[in-house]
Amino acid sequence: MTKPMDHITWQEIEPGGVISEPGNASSYHTGTWRSQRPVYDVDKCIRCWRCFIMCPDAAISPDYENNRMVWNFDYCKGCGICAFECPVDAIEMQEEGE
Amino acid sequence: MAGASEKKILKPLKNFPMEEYINSGHRACQGCAEVLAVRHVLKAIGPDMILAMATGCMEIISSPYPLTSWNVPWIHVAFENAAAVASGVESGLKALRRKGRIPDKEITVLAMGGDGGTTDIGFQALSGMMERGQKVIYVCVDNEAYMNTGIQRSSSTPFGASTTTSPAGKVHPAGQMTWKKDMTAIAAAHGIPYTATACPSFYTDLIKKVQKAKEANGPAYLHILSVCPTGWRIPPEKAIQYGQLAVDTGVFPLYEVENGVWKLSRKAKALKPVTDYFKGQGRYRHLDEKLTAFIQEKVNERWERLLKLCGVELQTEDQA
Ligand SMILES: Cc1ncc(C[n+]2csc(CCOP(=O)(O)OP(=O)(O)O)c2C)c(N)n1
Ligand code: SF4
Ligand code: SF4
Ligand code: SF4
Ligand SMILES: [Mg+2]
Repeated sequence: MTKPMDHITWQEIEPGGVISEPGNASSYHTGTWRSQRPVYDVDKCIRCWRCFIMCPDAAISPDYENNRMVWNFDYCKGCGICAFECPVDAIEMQEEGE
Repeated sequence: MAGASEKKILKPLKNFPMEEYINSGHRACQGCAEVLAVRHVLKAIGPDMILAMATGCMEIISSPYPLTSWNVPWIHVAFENAAAVASGVESGLKALRRKGRIPDKEITVLAMGGDGGTTDIGFQALSGMMERGQKVIYVCVDNEAYMNTGIQRSSSTPFGASTTTSPAGKVHPAGQMTWKKDMTAIAAAHGIPYTATACPSFYTDLIKKVQKAKEANGPAYLHILSVCPTGWRIPPEKAIQYGQLAVDTGVFPLYEVENGVWKLSRKAKALKPVTDYFKGQGRYRHLDEKLTAFIQEKVNERWERLLKLCGVELQTEDQA
């Protein structure tokens, strides 16, 4: 995995500042920003995909095996869009730490 | 109840690719619909693309060296030259293909900039790209101000919005006192094959338009309203809803211009009042009745002009 900026010496920087590892920013976990957490009610969910489509952080994915959506809390910033947009209120925002 | 229980099985999503080309871990604010717009656009194009991006929020949040959120080849360029760099990439690819140095497959060249990077400082480079007829899709992600540097007005900031450089106060009660530059019409006036407005709140429409832009026989310009909770001072969870309201009030109508033919993207139903859209946005909080009426009049006027250009008549409630 890529080293943090202050551990890189100039000799290690590729010409043109090229970053050759696609998508390596996923090593940074934006989930630490979250103050509210989406809580999912699988029984209410009508599997419409809206939460997945509207999440700016791509933190929701399908789990076909268990017939449900899943949240990746390494990245979910707790913006509340999924809960607000869910047509059947299957997602509820709750304070973190409660 | 067969229908209802059937609905409860998670079925693969149609017309919305699963692959993510901008990775999680980007540092956009909570509820940023600008990065959502980018997510949707890239999905619609697919893996074979090269993207040149002007500085602005989308560059800052995606590429703090030595990290990148991009899963596709992406070039960070200056504030003013995304269209020029994309033009060079397009020509370069052509030359390499001709010399047999790269496989003969289609690679979409994309340029992207914010409203500042597009309607102000990158305007000339963009105009040149369109005028030369280069096969590039230019996407303007319009959050209606220079957000990355602290909410300064651009020529795409709408009349009446308060920004840090067009603050509403005693001297200028309206905040921004100029009308939003009609960049989409300006692009269309270049006579390019495809121009459209879009918004991620209407993602099916957006994806269809991106795919049309990809197929266009020459330059394409997409102007995407990108709700910015931070700069608009709205709660992050309402980003999608405000995009819908912008369209439903006619403040940001969805349309396309394909080979010179203007076409409205949704039914021409009666508009909701602009107050539905302004309500709850901190940047419009200072607007009084008089200013609101003034804006409403302009929105109506522009809407009627657009309907005329599209050759449609307003549908009344019972027709719709
Ligand atoms: C020539 C030049 N002038 C100014 C800047 C500083 N700058 C960087 S991003 C930015 C604002 C970008 O606004 P916009 O294009 O609307 O994108 P947004 O951040 O709103 O997405 C400015 C002023 C710069 N990088 N280069
Ligand atoms: S709260 Fe926001 S970031 Fe978290 S999963 Fe929902 S939409 Fe995505
Ligand atoms: S938006 Fe709600 S109903 Fe739709 S898939 Fe997500 S949780 Fe289920
Ligand atoms: S300032 Fe606005 S556009 Fe920029 S990252 Fe934050 S929400 Fe997105
Ligand atoms: Mg902007």
